[in-house]
Amino acid sequence: MKFTLRVWRQRDAAAAGAMTTYEVDGVSADMSFLEMLDHLNERLILSGDTPVAFDHDCREGICGACGVVINGQAHGPERTTACQLHMRHFRDGDTIDVEPWRAEAFPVVRDLVVDRSAFDRVIASGGYVSVPTGSAPEAHATPVPKAAADLAFDHAACIGCGACVAACPNGSAMLFTAAKVVHLNALPQGAPERESRVLDMVDTMDAQGFGGCTNTGECATACPKGIPLSAIGTLNREYLRATVKGRGNRD
Amino acid sequence: MALATRTQHAQHPQHPPSLLGSLWRSTVGKKAVMAVTGLIMLAYLVAHMIGNLKIFFGPGEFDHYAHWLRTIGGPVLHYEWFLWILRVVLVAAVVLHGVAAYQLSRRDLAARPVKYARPRARTSYATRTMRWGGVILGLFVVWHILDLTTLTVNPNAQHGHPYANVVASFDRWYVAAFYIAAMLALGLHIRHGFWSAAQTLGANSPRRDRAFKAAANALAALLTVGFVSVPVAVLTGIVS
Ligand code: HEM
Ligand code: SF4
Ligand code: FES
Repeated sequence: MKFTLRVWRQRDAAAAGAMTTYEVDGVSADMSFLEMLDHLNERLILSGDTPVAFDHDCREGICGACGVVINGQAHGPERTTACQLHMRHFRDGDTIDVEPWRAEAFPVVRDLVVDRSAFDRVIASGGYVSVPTGSAPEAHATPVPKAAADLAFDHAACIGCGACVAACPNGSAMLFTAAKVVHLNALPQGAPERESRVLDMVDTMDAQGFGGCTNTGECATACPKGIPLSAIGTLNREYLRATVKGRGNRD
Repeated sequence: MALATRTQHAQHPQHPPSLLGSLWRSTVGKKAVMAVTGLIMLAYLVAHMIGNLKIFFGPGEFDHYAHWLRTIGGPVLHYEWFLWILRVVLVAAVVLHGVAAYQLSRRDLAARPVKYARPRARTSYATRTMRWGGVILGLFVVWHILDLTTLTVNPNAQHGHPYANVVASFDRWYVAAFYIAAMLALGLHIRHGFWSAAQTLGANSPRRDRAFKAAANALAALLTVGFVSVPVAVLTGIVS
């Protein structure tokens, strides 16, 4: 297969970037999108050009490292990660636009690589349960109802890729934050920090410069892990409950 | 056993702010203020629309109804007191709703400063027009009060004769057209807004989602048709 790629090239955070056009030939329909970029990079290296920088790690859709906007869609046309997207979903001869996640809170580091540490700060502010380590409790000591375990598991599927932020017209991190809040607040282990978790995570999320939610639903459409829009409704409920209940007594 | 590390929590003020104050500080809370004020306005509009339909029963009944509105709550409440309480509540709702919308919109635009080369809008028209639709509604509210409450820009402008004032106003086709356009904007605003408010207030769930969407569509259609029927009736001479 043969494609015309228009790729965002930007030397570093301070430099101005631009879409640059490349013709790539000899692409197999079985290549993943990232393998197609590897293929382009091999050619660029051979001709003495700088390869296109992009993030990746597992290449099996589980780590959340990869992610680019393909033709205006985060992770491209299929509901999966860019590393699991195959070139057979494109037509031979297509022009494909490849851009980094666009959000004020995710500054471009280089080419298609963005800095997603804003997500780490959101997690650090409440995306955990506090348990003393070194004296791990017996796993069965705390019974978890099946429904709660399923709910927690579905939301724990979030890989932190940031596609939700990239797809959102407001650059909002609500789906990501909601996935973690629903996951941990559903479990008995998360109960002691139920209020402080949601209040602190929303505070941090706002402080990172993410936008607010206008319930457009773009995030849940883009999410490769199928985190549902209802997670945001639950986050809102938890937030309002915690505000009424725990106002002022956070430690 | 001592914990070796301690998580740094955000610093919070000694004196907890008021409920409204703490909500106003966050994007989630501010949106909840928008949802509640939006629902207050929505409830008012349902009553207002039903009241408007009395115009189809002639000037006697309509003007009498308008007079009765001023006596609600009597004899406990003095003449027009109820109406003034309602006006204060509605003005507070409009101002809070509008200011929150403005502040959140500015923040949202700043959070996504760079557009994609090939943008794709996959959201509904109602969702995409909330901001401009809201601005149209805000301008409409100002004009509507000047036209039919204070009568400042009304061609008839007779206090105590609302039927004649309404007919005189809508007899000008461009006024009726503006009114109808604003009511279509209202329908769109409610179509997204009612469901959105359910989501914002955490009342929605996967099980109730379809019911809330259906209710939003029904409310939007009901209000638009109800409000639009009045200028259409004046233009076609059914009400004159
Ligand atoms: C003063 C003029 C108005 C402005 C500037 C305005 C603006 C907005 C904006 C920007 C939103 C957020 C949209 C979104 O999140 O997608 C919104 C939501 C909403 N509006 Fe308005 N609006 C106005 C008047 C009204 C009126 C008259 C009503 C009453 C029917 C109303 C009911 C709602 C509701 C129920 C919501 C949903 C709140 C939520 O998403 O949680 N608005 N408005
Ligand atoms: S919610 Fe979905 S899109 Fe957002 S970071 Fe998690 S996995 Fe990625
Ligand atoms: S590289 Fe790990 S999810 Fe794509």
